[in-house]
Amino acid sequence: MSSFSATAPSARSKWFAGTLVILYALITMIPLAWIMLTGFKSPADAISYPPKVFFEPTLEGYVNLFTTRTRQTDDFLAANPPQTWYEEIVRQYDMVIAGPSKFGERFLNSVIIGFGSTFLSIFLGTLAAYAFSRFKIPLADDLLFFILSTRMMPPIAVAIPIFLMYRQLGLSDTHLGMILLYTAVNISLAVWLLKGFIDEIPREYEEAALIDGYTRFQAFYKVVLPQAATGIASTAIFCLIFAWNEYAFAVLLTSGTAQTAPPFIPTIIGVGGLDWPAVAAGATIFLLPVMIFTVALRKHLLRGITFGAVRK
Amino acid sequence: MADVKLTNVSKSFGDTAAVHAMDMTIPDGAFVVLLGPTGAGKTTTLRLIAGLETLDQGEISIGGRVVNTETPAQRDIAMVFQQYSLYPHLTVRQNLEFPLKSPILNTPKDEIARKVEEVAEVLQITRKLDNKATELSGGEMQRVSIGRALVREPQVYLMDEPLSSLDAKLRTDLRVELKRIQMTLGATILYVTHDQIEAMTMATHVGVLNDGKLVQFGTPREIYENPNSVYVASRLGQPRINILPADIFGTAPKNAHHIGLRPEHVQQGEGRAARIDRVERLGDHTRLHLHLDGHDIITLADPHAGYTAGNELQIAPRDPLCFDARGDRIY
Repeated sequence: MSSFSATAPSARSKWFAGTLVILYALITMIPLAWIMLTGFKSPADAISYPPKVFFEPTLEGYVNLFTTRTRQTDDFLAANPPQTWYEEIVRQYDMVIAGPSKFGERFLNSVIIGFGSTFLSIFLGTLAAYAFSRFKIPLADDLLFFILSTRMMPPIAVAIPIFLMYRQLGLSDTHLGMILLYTAVNISLAVWLLKGFIDEIPREYEEAALIDGYTRFQAFYKVVLPQAATGIASTAIFCLIFAWNEYAFAVLLTSGTAQTAPPFIPTIIGVGGLDWPAVAAGATIFLLPVMIFTVALRKHLLRGITFGAVRK
Repeated sequence: MADVKLTNVSKSFGDTAAVHAMDMTIPDGAFVVLLGPTGAGKTTTLRLIAGLETLDQGEISIGGRVVNTETPAQRDIAMVFQQYSLYPHLTVRQNLEFPLKSPILNTPKDEIARKVEEVAEVLQITRKLDNKATELSGGEMQRVSIGRALVREPQVYLMDEPLSSLDAKLRTDLRVELKRIQMTLGATILYVTHDQIEAMTMATHVGVLNDGKLVQFGTPREIYENPNSVYVASRLGQPRINILPADIFGTAPKNAHHIGLRPEHVQQGEGRAARIDRVERLGDHTRLHLHLDGHDIITLADPHAGYTAGNELQIAPRDPLCFDARGDRIY
């Protein structure tokens, strides 16, 4: 006998919802899967038409991503047989490996700038959001609107003034300059999102902590922060994704020391034009940190851990 | 433990005066219950003493020390809130340890463990010590939050309707337990409640608040037997005092506008005939709902008396309290 419940979803609606989610996941994952596959193709397979779904995988793209290569004379090639598997791959084009490419450095720049600006945005954002949420600040609403208004235009609209400013201040092509810039863009998002999360934490918890013998900062640190973990995690993910993927400012303001991976990857040139497998390999590696970060924090994204001990 | 003294204390929120020129002395070791309807200023008074609100004017001293500018932590008080009582990200044990681990107390580890066990024992939550605070029932949460106050030995305990969310049995148990703890520790407790039984059984003193003012302060017995206004008389006593026109039983006492008759002060078998509307048999006693000249009167009767609704009963006042037109007691 089947039972009937007014609140539990029926088998049919579960099936429908499941299909919808799987379809959506497939559609969003196809481009990602294609990039990952392309990373393992040879340059010829990568640009073949019709596109190849089945192909012989090679690590050529990855080797080209991490190395620079030069063409050599036949005599030189004959005198120096390849020592390693990656030298062998390069040898099929009559080339030898000249040294490591700049990808490693650029990737590290992305890590420093992406995580640095995310940390700074969250740090400043949490403090500002707490202040807006808990204290009587004169003109608080206007200030909040002003903070939000920085988001109302695309950041690139102020590219020229920022470019000139950065040149004057010596911040062009520096890690600090990029961290500050991404923080400035992200902080409005951080303040607004975090204020919402902190507003939901009842003041009574802090009051209880104040009475229990703690200072306001200790109450913030020991009682508010752990409960805001969910909000902080999701805000951090948003901030990191922006800073990690940002392209326009990176092209404009960095060229060497502080260049991040996004402007670097498309410049990887192979034999006879753009080296698509290497670009795809770069994109694949570039995706990993954000993916790992998101998966690591996904527990906090599922809300509910902080709610429930509250009698309303 | 210490005494608490409020001198001319006022606090407004916008245009609303929550507490108005209040003077009150809570003697050392007293159990003071604040009574009053919602909005009378009970919770604000507690929060002012705790330091969670700043005074507009006046002075608060704890143990002879003026604490107006001190932070809640410096005042050395413990407070039990009506709700939002537990830190949801901590276990029950961590919740109880929290005040002991504060930088101000900085209690040694073994003493923390001992005190937590002790309090858990008293509040019957030993089995739940390692549960997350979110996994408790409402009653258990409230016991833990009382426990969080009891692990300390503060100057003063402030309790804002701590038992209101508990079921009847637990409430009775904890009432007795709180009173016992207060007697053993000699603790000074300021306690807000709506529950008259709590007020009558636990309090050494009762303060009745009305519109942010302290209208009467005394022992529960004084407040019950000798209220200074209709308002105070109506706050204590279950069933409530019968407030009737002064001349309902014949000549009005001199200057009196209203008389107040406690249910036990309605004498039966003589005087005017009232109609019995309803008979409530409560086991140990019986309540009679009477009707006289358009007024409802409640009185008590012997549980075995054979009253039935619809019959008549003769009643007369005994030791009525007399009030003037403004509701103030005249004699």
